[in-house]
Amino acid sequence: MSLLALSNVSVRYGRLTAVRGVTFTLAEGEILFITGPNGAGKSSLLRAIAGVAPPAGGRVDFADHDITGQAPEDIARLGLSMVPEGRDVFGSLTIEENLMVGTGMHSATRGWKARAASELEAVYATFPILKERRHTQAGLLSGGQQQMLVIGRALMTTPRLVAIDEPSLGLAPNITDQVYERLIALRAERKLTLLIVEQSSTRAMMVGGRMMLMRGGEIVLDGDARALGQSEAMQAAYFGYGEH
Amino acid sequence: MGSLLQIVFDALSLGSLYALGALGIALIFGVMRLVNFAHGDVIAACVFALLWPSVDAVAIVFAGNLPWFLLIPFVLAVGAGLSVLSELVVFRRFRRANPATMMIASFGLGFVIRYFLLMLFSSRPKSISLLPTLSQPVEILGARIPLLQLITILVTVAVLFGLTAFLRRTRFGLEMRAAAENFTMARMLGVRANRVIMGAFALSGALAAAIALILGSQTGTANIMMGANVMLMAFIATVIGGMGSLAGAVLAGFLLGTVATVMQVILPPDARAFRDAFVYGAVILVLIFRPQGLLSARGTKERV
Repeated sequence: MSLLALSNVSVRYGRLTAVRGVTFTLAEGEILFITGPNGAGKSSLLRAIAGVAPPAGGRVDFADHDITGQAPEDIARLGLSMVPEGRDVFGSLTIEENLMVGTGMHSATRGWKARAASELEAVYATFPILKERRHTQAGLLSGGQQQMLVIGRALMTTPRLVAIDEPSLGLAPNITDQVYERLIALRAERKLTLLIVEQSSTRAMMVGGRMMLMRGGEIVLDGDARALGQSEAMQAAYFGYGEH
Repeated sequence: MGSLLQIVFDALSLGSLYALGALGIALIFGVMRLVNFAHGDVIAACVFALLWPSVDAVAIVFAGNLPWFLLIPFVLAVGAGLSVLSELVVFRRFRRANPATMMIASFGLGFVIRYFLLMLFSSRPKSISLLPTLSQPVEILGARIPLLQLITILVTVAVLFGLTAFLRRTRFGLEMRAAAENFTMARMLGVRANRVIMGAFALSGALAAAIALILGSQTGTANIMMGANVMLMAFIATVIGGMGSLAGAVLAGFLLGTVATVMQVILPPDARAFRDAFVYGAVILVLIFRPQGLLSARGTKERV
């Protein structure tokens, strides 16, 4: 049973086609890395899934719902949490307020406040610096701290799937390790499904799981991260040898 | 001493009006980058909601005869309702339009409201007596201050505290602040766009109604153009304050009220007729030195 299924999804900005005919499925608890060079359409693909840039064609299904062209808030409420590139913290809100924004989607369910409080503690346990500075305005944080904040904020909504655009961007390597440790622990604990965009395949090879390579808006390779990462096909496809 | 106090109260009460108006504009601008020029006409519509439609010079009072504890909620509800209605009927269709298009749509809506009032009530100003007990003066340290001025200032301070508490302490306030800063990100966290925008319109409309009550009591007339001047000053206050910054809007509103009042006093009598020209001159000076506004707005980031 797949949690996320894309069929023939394309994304266009005006005349520019950023994603063309992408099809794949993602099972619950799976970890998928999407890698590829700049401008391959990785971020556009994530934006299409999250409903921010509605697909120009194709269909997206998530948790047994057709979410093609749905509003971002409705998709988020189904349990798809998106961490876009560019660290979109709410700069004038405190760290804690940033973390709490997304918990409101559960306010109709019983005991949501207690659950939000325990999620908050879990995020603080992963990133103690956020707890230390929890009443600080998020705009005053360093780039790395902001990155921790947006990842923590996405986890606060108790999602079924987290889609993260370049989690390691701007993070010190040891912090990146912590982020991945936490994500993988959550995957084991509650079958959290992970969709991670990284420009390089290094992290995917370390963590393992499934990896897809995008180029020119299409998926050109799909397979086991470790096996693919070492293959010559990967090198060739990444840099596009022999196509020019 | 007495006359100085008089000036202070004049400045504060005029500034209160501008601050309330600027808040109403900044609230909506914050969540949807719309400069709502229909705001002034909503103010006028709130005053006319107290009268029966007639083209006579004498106003036929309808809701205006209600006791104050019914009158005030009634007017606030009219303002909030009209404002929410304008979102549902007009602005919702321009969600993805660029800010200039939305602004022109708001001009259009303003004209529709104004001419609707014109049709029902004619363009002649009507004299009304709204909350007449408020025009009596009170003595403070030798100055005779109209009770209404005092109440205007108190009401504005109460509104500012109430709004701050609402934005800081409630879940809806949190979502609204998040949405004002980065609308798309807030939606990706499950914040319901329509609810937040309707909330902003309702608040803004209620603020317009508060201005209507103050203006109506102060001037004793109902005039279809009565919101226009406040709207213009309020808009300027939001620009000087830094578009989208609520604190900036309030600060600039009070500043404008003060400048206008002080000019009225210090300008030579012959120049007083041109007071507004001097006020706008001061505005231009401020903008030359701080084009981003006094408190530069956060999150003027592009909204998708």
